[in-house]
Amino acid sequence: MERGMGMKKLLIANRGEIALRIIRTCKKMKIQTVVVYSEADAELPYIKEADKAYLIGPPQVSQSYLKMNEILEIAKKEKADAIHPGYGLLSENAQFARMVEEAGIIFIGPSPAIIESMGDKIKARKTMIEAGVPVVPGQENESADLEAAKLFASEAGYPVMLKASNGGGGVGMVRCDNEQALTQHFESTKKRSQAYFGSGSLFIEKYIANARHIEVQIFGDTNGNVFHLFERNCSMQRRNQKIIEEAPSPNLSQSARENILEIAVLAAESVGYKNAGTIEMIVDEEENAYFLEMNTRLQVEHPVTEMITGIDLVEWQINTAQGLPLPIQDQHEITEQGHAIEYRVYAEDPFTFIPSPGLLSEMEVSAGEGIRVDYGYQKGNKVTPFYDPMIAKIIIHAQSREECLEKSKKVMKDSKIEGLKSNIPLFTALMDAEEFKRGNYHTQTLQNILKGEKK
Amino acid sequence: MKEIQSSMAGTVFQLLVGEGDSVTAGQTVIVLESMKMEIPVEAQMDGTVGEIKVAEGDFVNEGDVLVVLA
Repeated sequence: MERGMGMKKLLIANRGEIALRIIRTCKKMKIQTVVVYSEADAELPYIKEADKAYLIGPPQVSQSYLKMNEILEIAKKEKADAIHPGYGLLSENAQFARMVEEAGIIFIGPSPAIIESMGDKIKARKTMIEAGVPVVPGQENESADLEAAKLFASEAGYPVMLKASNGGGGVGMVRCDNEQALTQHFESTKKRSQAYFGSGSLFIEKYIANARHIEVQIFGDTNGNVFHLFERNCSMQRRNQKIIEEAPSPNLSQSARENILEIAVLAAESVGYKNAGTIEMIVDEEENAYFLEMNTRLQVEHPVTEMITGIDLVEWQINTAQGLPLPIQDQHEITEQGHAIEYRVYAEDPFTFIPSPGLLSEMEVSAGEGIRVDYGYQKGNKVTPFYDPMIAKIIIHAQSREECLEKSKKVMKDSKIEGLKSNIPLFTALMDAEEFKRGNYHTQTLQNILKGEKK
Repeated sequence: MKEIQSSMAGTVFQLLVGEGDSVTAGQTVIVLESMKMEIPVEAQMDGTVGEIKVAEGDFVNEGDVLVVLA
């Protein structure tokens, strides 16, 4: 790992908007980029922007972006100094990180041991309890035993959340309001867990009503310091997946905010975290915060943090991975300015969330000061059913939340996405929703708004 | 011929019926996975499953016949 400032070439083991976003920083740092792509992605912009691109297989991720050996072989052949995994795909795969390191290539992220311990929700939870970090009442259910799950639920009280121990991104997670629902969802959750995450091990926890999802961007430097880059509120969700993230979090008292940031740093320090990571937390109606999970990678919504702090997180990641110090030594040197909101533009029906693959015949988002668009597709590209439906992220920055919303409204109105359905109409509708305007929303709010409930 | 077609392009995630099973209108017979989302495909009418044209893991296009009802 003693490579000093020598990073000249980097392979990106990812696709779409995040690959393009990493390329942007690499260009700034004068690092050459190598990308891989599947047959379905041959026309995407990130391939044209990279210095070199390799076709690695058919569309299905299991036959392309998840082929560890093939990706590693390309990195070796290209004499890449490092591999950036982006988010999703291989980003939290400890085995891959280990293989990369063993090949003498820098893996941009924390150590394989940390990826492993935080990737296993049960282990992560134990580690956090030992470190004194508050967690939601819950129980591991490694053998996926229904009776044990029922017992826990009756003691903790319904509703409960049932999820894959190794899961993430809201996949394989289901809320059960009573014993009947728990019984009904048990087998399918187990099967989904097996299919998506390679293990039938389940986790059951108490469901916190009207919870907010607030997370903290943290960063561990090469000297063992852990800094936070403030929080992001990611409570606007559909299907347990984020669609809007903002920073700072609205409607959060200063003392609760300080507590959340403190918990996050403590959590990251307790594992000796290095590089970029996120501590996800659940915040209840009394502003109590509980550790949910740690993401040992760059997050989809990292631009929100970049917009308020002016920091390029990918640049920090690359430098830290090659043993270089951060440009700051003290927490107080990280400052925030204004308000930022990210909107995830999905190719889907805006109100039923049914995916809408197809040809993107038009895609235009107005540019301007304080408007950042991280896109994965452009006009003329085909959005295929093989991957997540996200086609772009629109990030708006302004001096205040009010201004940010005003600007957002205009950007949504002027955006043109045609040929397939997008969720822009949902964002437009949300601009007029009281809950969003006031910043007073939780993870069920979107669903309630769509149901027409006043809550 | 009573056919159940795929409502969209995706991968067959779960087959919920077997040949010879009787199904009722509105019953979910197959779950597709598209863009990381599970999409249930329902029978449009009552009937008996005559033939299943796909297997779990198969990729299907919009309009492909998944199940034929007898």
